[in-house]
Amino acid sequence: MLDLYSPGKSFLHKMSPAPKMLVLMVAATLLFLNDSLAVTLAAMVAVLLLYPLAQLSFKQAWQQLRPLLWIFAVFFALQWWLAGLEQASYVVLRLAALILLASLVTLTTRSSDMIDTITTGLGFLKPIGVNPAKVGLAISLALRFIPVLAQVTQDVREAQKTRGLERSVIAVAMPVAIRTLKMADDISDAIESRGYRP
Amino acid sequence: MDTKSIVYIALFAALTAALGIVPPIPTGFGINITAQSLGVMLAGSIAGAKRGGLAMVLFLALIAIGLPLLAGGRGGIAALAGPWAGYVLAWPLCSFIIGWLIGRKPGANVWLLGAFIAFGGIVVMHTFGILWYAFASQIPLGVAFINNSIFIPGDLVKVAIAAVLTHGLRRAFPTL
Amino acid sequence: MINIHNVSLSYADRTVLRDVSLSLTERRIAVIGANGSGKSSFARMLNGLVLPTEGEVEIDGLNTRTHGKDIRQKVGFVFQNPDNQIVFPVVEEDLAFGMKNLGFSKEKIAQKTDEILTRYDMRDLREHPAHLLSGGQKQLLAISGVLVMEPSYIIMDEPTTLLDLRNKRRVSEAIMALEQTVILISHDLDLLHDFDRVIVFDEGRVVEDNIPSVAVPAYVKRMT
Repeated sequence: MLDLYSPGKSFLHKMSPAPKMLVLMVAATLLFLNDSLAVTLAAMVAVLLLYPLAQLSFKQAWQQLRPLLWIFAVFFALQWWLAGLEQASYVVLRLAALILLASLVTLTTRSSDMIDTITTGLGFLKPIGVNPAKVGLAISLALRFIPVLAQVTQDVREAQKTRGLERSVIAVAMPVAIRTLKMADDISDAIESRGYRP
Repeated sequence: MDTKSIVYIALFAALTAALGIVPPIPTGFGINITAQSLGVMLAGSIAGAKRGGLAMVLFLALIAIGLPLLAGGRGGIAALAGPWAGYVLAWPLCSFIIGWLIGRKPGANVWLLGAFIAFGGIVVMHTFGILWYAFASQIPLGVAFINNSIFIPGDLVKVAIAAVLTHGLRRAFPTL
Repeated sequence: MINIHNVSLSYADRTVLRDVSLSLTERRIAVIGANGSGKSSFARMLNGLVLPTEGEVEIDGLNTRTHGKDIRQKVGFVFQNPDNQIVFPVVEEDLAFGMKNLGFSKEKIAQKTDEILTRYDMRDLREHPAHLLSGGQKQLLAISGVLVMEPSYIIMDEPTTLLDLRNKRRVSEAIMALEQTVILISHDLDLLHDFDRVIVFDEGRVVEDNIPSVAVPAYVKRMT
């Protein structure tokens, strides 16, 4: 599927998603509460060391940060100007550590395992009217129709190109939205035809 | 919740994802529009408050579980914790508010639709976006506000597009 | 047996079916007619997706108004566009969906999945993403998703319209090989040679009802 999972057999891959998410949340909160540069630096090194332990390369770690480089640069410059060099390093390091930590979870967990965890984990919301089975159906439907709608969008863009309209957002988005709404009726009919009772 | 609502929630989450996958569309004003934020606005204006809001919750859940569905192929929990995350995290609320406002004035003309969409899609989104940005990067709110105002012109273009789309779609599907 | 008694169907602004009465007993029945003739609404009435405004539809003695759930199982429905019918991202998940709704056991689901994929020569595609299938494979998967629910009747709403010639042939062979009663809504007159009965709709009424060699030429003449 189209997820960011990187296959492997490390202890992080084997760990079930729920505790992994929990550790991530606790660690992220601690990272935000702490305001010492030294501790942040230590955290950053620790997170980086987890990458080889999780059978991931430093290159993969770098790939997580690369899209954010220019934002980091802007932050760094701003902070330096507003609060000094130490504060600037602290803010940017903290952010980078957080991103690397969160990516670690994403890289070592299959989306399908995550979905199962979410649907079982939502059991405790039953009393307030959340039905985990319906959430599961909605997730599956969304995964099924992302490639379908991406294809529809691509087709519409190509069709509008022949009319010189591929740069018009409206000329692309309107037919896509109309197709989506028309599909919705058929899909609910199909679901009910196959014995689904809400 | 009936089958049709589940389908709407899933389809508008999928639509938002699909609009993020297509390459950004140049508008000719020097602004490249990632069509994704149109998904947020349309979820509210077409699917309605509850369905639209839940569609965006679902979309964020898909990001969180590691699918690279944000424009530019970003995804994973990291994408929801970065400095710009406040904007994305506000999407459920934006869609909900847009849907709720339009639900109260079903006969709204294109200008009023635009005003509603602007409220949810600019005022609400930027408030959250700026607060989070200021918090994550530890800079004063005023500086964050000025930093973020560069996005306003682009967003106004998107609001205009979303209003025209919504108006057209509501005429094509009177039962919405 | 499917019995349709004095059925009419209207929506707010238009009447789609007018006083239709039919008794369907043949194994291969085709329904043809121009766009907007009411044939699609007719099809949707046969498995209770649409309830008639007046009159009754009975499947083996069960009324669609009161026995919706039983009828969904008894009467499978194949839509024109398989992309709208396949609702799960992976082939085997999609096949399991209908069976789970009917409460089949895990073992039974696995066994039926195996059976149907073998039948349509798609065993290698068990864990394949549905969106990467060819048009013909998608339609066969849509049909499979219905067949595993063990229906006695299968309604098909223009199942070959969106397919190219080769896939059309493959799907129509699959249709003719079904042991169930098939009611096929189609524009595709080539498919109907081996059918037992052809019903022609026009403006919500049945205007022809005969064997293909009589009904099809009459329909063609009517359309020209």
